[in-house]
Amino acid sequence: MLDFLKSPILAMQDFFALAGRAFLNIVRRPHYFDDVFIQMDIIGVGSLPIVVLIGFFSGGVMALQMSRALSTYGATGQIGTITAITLVRELGPVLTALLVAGRNASGIASELGSMKVTEQIDAMRALGTDPVQKLVTPRLIATSVMLPLLTIIADFVGLFGGYCVACLLLNLLTPSQYWTTSYRAIEYNDLSQGLLKPFCFAIIIALVGCFYGMRTTGGTQGVGRATTQAVVVASIWVFVVNFVITRVYVNL
Amino acid sequence: MADQSSDCILRFDGVSVRFDETPALDHLSFSMRAGETRVILGAAGSGKTVLLKTALGLIHPAEGTVSVFGDDITRRTEQEMSGLRSRIGMLFQEGGLFDSLTVEENVAYPLVNQKRARRLSPEQVRERVEESLRFVELEHTLEKFPSELSGGMRRRVGIARAAVTEPPLVLFDSPTAGLDPITANTIIALIVKERDVKNTTTALVTHRYQDGTLLANFRYNPESGQLEPLGRNGSAAGRTTTFMVMREGRLVFEGTQDQLEASRDPYISKFARQSSE
Repeated sequence: MLDFLKSPILAMQDFFALAGRAFLNIVRRPHYFDDVFIQMDIIGVGSLPIVVLIGFFSGGVMALQMSRALSTYGATGQIGTITAITLVRELGPVLTALLVAGRNASGIASELGSMKVTEQIDAMRALGTDPVQKLVTPRLIATSVMLPLLTIIADFVGLFGGYCVACLLLNLLTPSQYWTTSYRAIEYNDLSQGLLKPFCFAIIIALVGCFYGMRTTGGTQGVGRATTQAVVVASIWVFVVNFVITRVYVNL
Repeated sequence: MADQSSDCILRFDGVSVRFDETPALDHLSFSMRAGETRVILGAAGSGKTVLLKTALGLIHPAEGTVSVFGDDITRRTEQEMSGLRSRIGMLFQEGGLFDSLTVEENVAYPLVNQKRARRLSPEQVRERVEESLRFVELEHTLEKFPSELSGGMRRRVGIARAAVTEPPLVLFDSPTAGLDPITANTIIALIVKERDVKNTTTALVTHRYQDGTLLANFRYNPESGQLEPLGRNGSAAGRTTTFMVMREGRLVFEGTQDQLEASRDPYISKFARQSSE
């Protein structure tokens, strides 16, 4: 039983050690700003098209489903309210995080994993640079900045998708009705949890991706395994942390 | 011992390294002085690469102490080590190049990313990269990626990268492994050139005795640009070459080339006989 628990606990310890060093390096010299910007481009700008697409359709489908449910009560005027709240609180942050986890946690893990198995991480250390400083910290900063921004874009595009369905496709309410109700529905509470969530998810995605990449062993097969594990574990933790944050906000 | 440690660049004191209880280095002790050339021979799996990685602090010993430039590095953290590592050049077995960076970016890497050397302007970096690549006669490959180069060229880029910061100590891990004899001799000639022009302390790990012989008996003549033979024992210009033979993580021989060739031990003499075969 103890042996069974030993490896996950050790992995957890390694994970937090890596996380601690990655955070500490934010304030420590040298700073690799070039790498931060390159990662922001890969993670943020690179994910933009797919985030926009997914945001649009999830907002649209939300409006479609709600139009049916709300029409039973004759309350189709509330479509904007419901779309806005669900998007800002849950769908926007979680869907964007899952997309970025699939796209970037895997990308990070496979890149770092390949570097690990070809001894490039060791070469980096031998050349007097800290791989955590050079590889992990820039990815952590880039993801933490870009994921909240991506979420804001996804939320907005989602609202636009809802508008297209509710006003243009189904003709249930006027544009000003839709936009006013959705604008009024969102409170500071919704906004703060809608921005806190992607920030936490970003830390999870970047660190899990880097963690599995940095501890890759076993050649190319190992890289594949690390990539899969990174996506699975990052996605699971996104859901768990999402639940915890929601639980806290529901009581506020 | 105190007077010894002053010019002692690398020192192993009873160092043991284990991987899952199997010993890779077993109570290894030796020391290298400034300006010395050290040739480390041994069969595959005898712990030669582990020795170099331990000297760089990439692997932490289970027992014993390792001192580099007089500082004990055994208990150093990764952050503290990076400063020290910038004073050591290392050539990895396969070159250890970053495959997603061009040759130019690879050679510039230590200049741009090390804490110590980050105050160079891009023009200065470019100048030193070109100089370093000219040294290994690869100045025309700046824009190429490592995958576009041959095995020998990759090692030469590795040498250029290890030497670009002009470190006082350079470690070479099997620079001739898997190369044809002609390319292998070119690589060793470059190492001799690097040693004699930049005046570095050199440690070379190899399984080819010829590599050691070249290093011990030849020197680079800057006027002719060729290697020329030294007197026997290679002790001219204050240079000494010491041979070490390793077997299963233990040091079984340490001494001059003559002592190595005179050895009666079957394992040791196998290495010395290689060249005459």
